[in-house]
Amino acid sequence: MAKDKVLPLPEAIRALVHDGDSIALEGFSHLIPFAAGHEIIRQGRRGLTFCRMTPDLLADMMIGAGCVDRLVCSFFASGSAGALYEIRRRLEDHDPAPLEVEEYSHHAMVLRYHAGASRLPFIPIRSYAGSDLPKINPDIRLVDNPYGEGSAYVVPPLNPDVTIVHAQRADRKGNVQIWGITGIQQEAVYAAERVIVTVEEIVDDEVVRSDPNRTLIPAHAVDAVCVVPRGAHPSYVQGSYDRDNAFYRMWPKKAKDKAWVQEWLDTHVRGTADHEEYLATIGEEQLAPLTVAPRPSQPVDYGRRMPAGAGAASAGARATGETASAANDDGGTQR
Amino acid sequence: MTGTIDGQAAAASATAPDYSQTELIVCAAAKMLAGKSTVFAGIGLPTLAVDLAHRTLNRDIELIYESGVTGAHPEEMAEGIADFVLVSGAESVVSMQALFGYVLQGGNVDVGFLGAAQIDRHGSLNTSVIGDWERPTVRLPGSGGASDIMSNAGEVFVIIRRHDHASFPAELDFVTSPSPVAARASGEGIPPQGHGVSVVITPLGVLQREDRFGELVLTHTHPGVTVDQVKDATGWDLKIADHVQSTAEPTLEEVRLLRDEIDTVRLYLR
Repeated sequence: MAKDKVLPLPEAIRALVHDGDSIALEGFSHLIPFAAGHEIIRQGRRGLTFCRMTPDLLADMMIGAGCVDRLVCSFFASGSAGALYEIRRRLEDHDPAPLEVEEYSHHAMVLRYHAGASRLPFIPIRSYAGSDLPKINPDIRLVDNPYGEGSAYVVPPLNPDVTIVHAQRADRKGNVQIWGITGIQQEAVYAAERVIVTVEEIVDDEVVRSDPNRTLIPAHAVDAVCVVPRGAHPSYVQGSYDRDNAFYRMWPKKAKDKAWVQEWLDTHVRGTADHEEYLATIGEEQLAPLTVAPRPSQPVDYGRRMPAGAGAASAGARATGETASAANDDGGTQR
Repeated sequence: MTGTIDGQAAAASATAPDYSQTELIVCAAAKMLAGKSTVFAGIGLPTLAVDLAHRTLNRDIELIYESGVTGAHPEEMAEGIADFVLVSGAESVVSMQALFGYVLQGGNVDVGFLGAAQIDRHGSLNTSVIGDWERPTVRLPGSGGASDIMSNAGEVFVIIRRHDHASFPAELDFVTSPSPVAARASGEGIPPQGHGVSVVITPLGVLQREDRFGELVLTHTHPGVTVDQVKDATGWDLKIADHVQSTAEPTLEEVRLLRDEIDTVRLYLR
């Protein structure tokens, strides 16, 4: 029996995230591990290097809470929802202190995680000819093409001490299944020294093994699995709950006022014991409408070897596709 | 007026009496998408333009979202490039590695749509900072995928919501996404695959770049705008086309589609 990796989130953060670590909390708009970020704030981690392609509100919260000294990212706003004022205060006014920044483009961050996961010393990218980004980031460097003419910009691997991602489900061993926008989670997990996965639910091995292609992160890459329902709020989980767009629209308006950010953190994060209490402070009135209606996929058939003695008749049925269409009828979700 | 679409009733192709500036910009962008097949776009006005183009003059256009979704069939208007309604019922969702590596850098994107705080005469874009990078006056969103799109898309359309010396300066505060001219001048790195910026739509008119290493040229002024107004609002000596046209005004049908079918909740139409 493989090791059971299920741990309460506070225990996992205590054991695996240390002051001064570089940590990646990934998820591209979808499945952002907010609950884990909030627990890091509660435990008062300091001096972190925070890695995320799109920092999102999570960066504003963790920077506002004083957890982060250095930001590694490729975007500095919250998608269409607006500016991130904690980041802007640190960069524009050094308020309350400057923030070190390693700035890249999206593709460079993707390649850095890929190089990190593959333990490569560097990786070339077609971007940056004529850009000012290499001028402000000494880690974007130029190498001669060893196979032909010209030169290419290269970026270094990104190997976080810890990567944390959120997912729909996992088994107790840590086989993690993700669907919807899968972002850069697989690369970020393999790039890291230690890995925490928070999930909406733990499922039986049989559920995972009924659809192995859905397992984006195999158990061998995972150190801790934490069950945290609604652990991505205010971001979303495909098939479970929608993004809290009202929250996303509210944040940049309110976070212009730095005192408000501290009050928000006191009320909803530092003043709560765990994610369940956090959700209670947000309130069912705001959370309930985020529930989504079902829209299941058609099951796929992985097949099994024919039992000895099974007739050619059923083999013929498969070949003509009768089995597949029968399964579709059973599914009842065909449009 | 211009913009008549074959086979459409004359009434529907009549100019809409009460169109907004946003609708004018979106309709102008949509017309530029005739004959393009894959478009890489962020959310907002570009999405409206692609949707409108799809309904009016280009059934084959495919929109690729930065989140990895292709062939989206949203049941409702998406709020953001990663809205779950874009995923439910979509034809495909690929990883970021596949999206930026194989789809974009692999050369499969015809048109990239970008916004910018500043643009220069060759179509280099600044989305990083106003002022000095070390201690900016305004910290802007940064590259995101913009510099990767500029280096790899066949061509780039820009929608910019201001037209003045601050947003059309002689020199950018920061080059986030370099034009082929800037790339060639640097002599370093891998040259861009595409044309760079080909179309810029502003609140005053339309600027285009025919030559990959040429300058932006004013080709259209919006109704009521003069060529001199556009020249005065531009921070360099703007080149003017021999025959500057008036931007086609939105038709009744285009405005109806935008308001009643595309952006029914008025998320982006203002």
